Amino acid sequence: MVTFHRPVDLAEALQVRAETGAIPLAGGTDLLVRHRNWAGTLPRIDKPVVYVGHLQELRRIDISGNGSGPQMTIGASVTYSELLDHPTTPQLLRDSIIELAAPGLRNVATLAGNICNASPAADAACALYALDAEVELAGPSGRRRLPIAEFITGPGRTALNNDELVTAIHLPPDNSTVKFYKKVGTRRANALSKLSLCACARIVDRTVTEIGIAVGAVAPTIVRDRDIEHHLQNTAPEQLALRIPQTLQQYAELIRPIDDQRSTAEYRKHTALALIEQFLTHELR
Amino acid sequence: MREIRFTLNGREVSTSAHPMARLIDVLRDEFRMTGVKEGCGEGECGACSILKDGRIVNSCILAVGMIEGAVLETPEGIAATDRGRAINAGYAEAGAVQCGFCMTGMAVATEALLRQNPAPDEHQIRTAISGNLCRCTGYAMIVDGIKRAAIKGSGLW
Ligand SMILES: Cc1cc2nc3c(=O)[nH]c(=O)nc-3n(C[C@H](O)[C@H](O)[C@H](O)COP(=O)(O)OP(=O)(O)OC[C@H]3O[C@@H](n4cnc5c(N)ncnc54)[C@H](O)[C@@H]3O)c2cc1C
Ligand code: FES
Ligand code: FES
Repeated sequence: MVTFHRPVDLAEALQVRAETGAIPLAGGTDLLVRHRNWAGTLPRIDKPVVYVGHLQELRRIDISGNGSGPQMTIGASVTYSELLDHPTTPQLLRDSIIELAAPGLRNVATLAGNICNASPAADAACALYALDAEVELAGPSGRRRLPIAEFITGPGRTALNNDELVTAIHLPPDNSTVKFYKKVGTRRANALSKLSLCACARIVDRTVTEIGIAVGAVAPTIVRDRDIEHHLQNTAPEQLALRIPQTLQQYAELIRPIDDQRSTAEYRKHTALALIEQFLTHELR
Repeated sequence: MREIRFTLNGREVSTSAHPMARLIDVLRDEFRMTGVKEGCGEGECGACSILKDGRIVNSCILAVGMIEGAVLETPEGIAATDRGRAINAGYAEAGAVQCGFCMTGMAVATEALLRQNPAPDEHQIRTAISGNLCRCTGYAMIVDGIKRAAIKGSGLW
């Protein structure tokens, strides 16, 4: 029978994890659905479970300022609803959460769960790629921090060790002046993405100084390519427009979607490129 | 095994259920809260909605060990209040009930919404019930019922 641990604090949670290899449980909206069983029976999980959703150390949102704006540290067990209620949550992340699932899910589900699940269709994770988020991990040998693109290593795979927990997600100051979020799904609520585009840019004095483009559900992991972005930076919007055909060709190489029950590869590729084009032509001005 | 304590419709209760048991099973089988319905069993339909610390959650994808110390309200608890009666009256007046299977979950979503926002607009109502599926009504009458409930219960939230 599955063992359930409810540690009193993070230290005990890490100890349980190190000693038993227990699976972390936050909102349970991925884990308990994946292991669901018949009504009236226990879920089918072959390892112990360590609940972390209640841990005070993981339930905080901290704001620290450096000259360029507020930096946000989001505790691993902060729910989506709490992020929507917080005034500092960047608009792009907010937009992705508003279209994620429904209120009953958002009241329990977490960002940390979304990234640890490491689905290429994870909506909040896609926004975190565009926002340059970093993932903070704690384990027996201390804490470490990884950019989200290094934390997620493949579909359903992450750099999390068996004795570690995600403790927080760090967001640098969001200085973007343009944000663009598009989720293509079958219906508004409770539908997983067929594909999604999270993009932001900073335009100062008619120059695109920074740009971040993340595409979800079109490859084994969320796509973000800094080389392509680099070629678009420090240009005026009208110069940038000239580079669009070449840029789309570069993205076409990276976008390698699959057919599944939600959509076809062809539709995903076509639509993803159309959305990138829309962002580059209509939003950046 | 250690008892799990929580508050259920204003009463302090405890259960000796396995902490990984589904909350919906404990509420229905042990506490006889059969207003909590099982539709999909995977978080998509909202039939099993309850309030946890004042917020709507799906009891089919919560383990009972996760709600230790929480304040829970089921459709039964809500129906017994003046607000619950206003919700029922609003739905009845709008003719919003057909087979009725989704209704307890809809009432919980309505209570959760009106607590946060006693005068919601159409968009806010549709967002609030976006996790509650109804196979019968097409939602228009439900939205109307919620508007009527907000007026009938005006001042209660
Ligand atoms: C009906 C429904 C609709 C959904 N719609 C969407 C949607 O539109 N878009 C979307 O992206 N997702 C959607 N999801 C998936 C899911 O809700 C999200 O991925 C959610 O963010 C998961 O968070 P959680 O806290 O519930 O994770 P859990 O289920 O608790 O955990 C998920 C994974 O993360 C691990 N984990 C959790 N916390 C930690 C930690 N602190 N350290 C290390 N590992 C940890 C767990 O071990 C597990 O592997 C939906 C799910 C359902 C049931
Ligand atoms: S039975 Fe819980 S959401 Fe459908
Ligand atoms: S009235 Fe039948 S499901 Fe809503």
